[in-house]
Amino acid sequence: MIDWIAIFSNAAQELISPTTAAYALAALGLAIHFGYTGLLNFGQAGFMALGAYGFAISTLSFGFPVWASVLVGVGASVIFALILGIPTLRLRADYLAIVTIAAAEILRLVFTTNTFDSLTGSASGLQGYKGGFADLNPIPPGTYGFGPFTYNAYDWWIRIVGWTLVIVFALLTWLIIRSPWGRVIKGIREDEDAVRALGKNVYSYKMQSLILGGVYGTLAGMIFVLPRAVVPANYQTSLTFFIYAILLLGGAATILGPIVGSMIFWVLLSFFSGFMARAVEAGWFPFMTQVQAGQLRFILVGIAIMLIVVFRPQGIFGNKKELAFVK
Amino acid sequence: MEPTQTVARRSRGRWLILFGILLSALTLSGIAASPAMAEAGSAATTEAEEFEYFFVGNVTFDDKPLRGVEISVEGNGYDAETETDAEGKWRLGVPEKGEYKLTLNEDTLPEGVVVKEGQSTVDAEFGLTKLKAVNFFLGEGQRTTTDIGAQVLIRVINGLNFGLLLALAAIGLSLIFGTTGLSNFAHAEMITFGGLMVLTFGVDLALPIWLAIIIAIVLSAALGFTLDATIWKPLRRRGVGLIPLMIVSIGLSLALRYTYQFFYGGATRQLPGATIPSDIHLGPVTLSWIDVASMATSIVVLAAFAFFLLRTRIGKATRAVSDNPSLAAASGIDVDRVIRIVWIAGGALAGLSGILWAYFRPGVSWDMGFQILLLVFAAVTLGGLGTAFGALVGSIIVGLFIELSTLWLPSDMKYVGALIVLILVLLFRPQGILGRRERIG
Repeated sequence: MIDWIAIFSNAAQELISPTTAAYALAALGLAIHFGYTGLLNFGQAGFMALGAYGFAISTLSFGFPVWASVLVGVGASVIFALILGIPTLRLRADYLAIVTIAAAEILRLVFTTNTFDSLTGSASGLQGYKGGFADLNPIPPGTYGFGPFTYNAYDWWIRIVGWTLVIVFALLTWLIIRSPWGRVIKGIREDEDAVRALGKNVYSYKMQSLILGGVYGTLAGMIFVLPRAVVPANYQTSLTFFIYAILLLGGAATILGPIVGSMIFWVLLSFFSGFMARAVEAGWFPFMTQVQAGQLRFILVGIAIMLIVVFRPQGIFGNKKELAFVK
Repeated sequence: MEPTQTVARRSRGRWLILFGILLSALTLSGIAASPAMAEAGSAATTEAEEFEYFFVGNVTFDDKPLRGVEISVEGNGYDAETETDAEGKWRLGVPEKGEYKLTLNEDTLPEGVVVKEGQSTVDAEFGLTKLKAVNFFLGEGQRTTTDIGAQVLIRVINGLNFGLLLALAAIGLSLIFGTTGLSNFAHAEMITFGGLMVLTFGVDLALPIWLAIIIAIVLSAALGFTLDATIWKPLRRRGVGLIPLMIVSIGLSLALRYTYQFFYGGATRQLPGATIPSDIHLGPVTLSWIDVASMATSIVVLAAFAFFLLRTRIGKATRAVSDNPSLAAASGIDVDRVIRIVWIAGGALAGLSGILWAYFRPGVSWDMGFQILLLVFAAVTLGGLGTAFGALVGSIIVGLFIELSTLWLPSDMKYVGALIVLILVLLFRPQGILGRRERIG
């Protein structure tokens, strides 16, 4: 018999899990890049890796306090954005795509190599950097919550910080997109030459957008590693593609889209893999092994990306008039 | 015993001075004194407390002392290392009497100086004294273990082999981009498909390998045709933009890749003959006949494809469409037919590239194409997007660069160099080596 309650409660937990928050924030950054400015950043995984490693290495190797470690990560991603942007932002959109995807892979390979093992922990990654963050926790030790949402003090602390960041940055995004700055970057998305004709420095605006969205990705990378360890294999190109799936699902040029998209993505993914695992166990699909059932969900993510782009390019919340890819 | 006494006397003098400082310091402030005392105390005792037994030596070459040469000692559960001083002298203490291995680190010797062969590590044992002199015999010459010329030659041949197989995939990718504007991320899965089909027919169904390879290439061509007919052609008809098309290809790539994993599992499996010994000797280079056959196949296929593009009617039409689709359509070229042929040819070339890649790695796995996808993109961008011969030049540069970079980069970072070169080229010549200015928009 299938344990439906366990499947549903596991899926429900994903609603507020820190991973969902991290993906939502990373997707929000990508919304600034892709949805509002029309920049094809395929290196969001690289920005997230910089956040994770910047935070963990400054804490472990240099003993920095939490705020300084966060600043190191953010600083690293600003520099990374400048390096990416300077050669490519003057070129056509797909050049930025190739360079960002290549740069994110360079970062992952550098973090994986044995050469810098003493700093990065090479393929096995880093852990033990959470002490400073846990010490800031004002919640007294204990277990809180109800139903499926029952966690200890540290788990609640991660969730509170993660989702507070998501809300704060969603509000910030909403404000800046309504501002004159936001109108300019939306103009760049629609027609770069028209904006240039109005005397705006398109290159500089694109660079600011790249840096801002990259910083979102970096902070998301930090939330992402608080409930787990830093492992370089997590920052493969697929991570960027999953964030694109979330962004397209919710709507690329929206504020709520990335957040709700992330919730839907993770709840459905958890529900589907929980259901498949138990159904295979119960012998409903005799031609499939447990491992195969686990891989099915990635096939579905791929198919979902294709279908959304073709049949509902504006996503759930988007407005068809405001498409990131008009050309 | 003479030197020990001087040390002791000197340190007693130091203690007296320290005592004076201590007294004055105590009258000023009691707190500041304690760390200073601890530090001075330990400095004074190290010389006296160190081990009883010593290895000593003198490293000179042509009667000149060599400075900064690393010597290490190992044995009886102890190890340590030191460097020679300005007079070429070194001294290493060990905790107990016994047999030790002493090693001179050849990398720290100046250029042109080597240790006599096989004598960089010496076994030494204490006699009746507590001091044992150990000498290393140095001579003039080059270390022959890694002859740099031969290394370069081996890397160049490997790089050419890798570059040629990249070129097979890159030409297809570049022509698809040129004719349809699509940056096809699913090209990686077309590469993997070739390897997987040879695995299916050559290993699982145990057909002769040449037949399996032919079947795999035919099926790869069919895959190219099918993808175009079922996905890309309808999307072109709908007028879907280029960036959505690119994202669709990413989704397709994910779906296909995990479908492969679903059916073939996560393991790496070998094709027949992939692990045969390298028994063809050309000077310092040893190759297996698979390597030779792989390079020969690439060269023949690339030459045939070049002939097709340059000399045949349909090849010329392909280049025309790749150059300017609307102009080509206006001059009466059947653009749809050309695109179909490009997809079929691109599929077959990618499949062949996957088979050769499976022998080069060696091994077939579900994500083998995805591992080189970025290198293929790098090659296409380097050569100039949309140009077939640019893709060839770019691939060979990428292949050579990756293999040659292992001379100074650790091998797990060899792809890093190639990707950095990609970014640098975009900085200085964004249209690529053979590309034209107007394409970069």
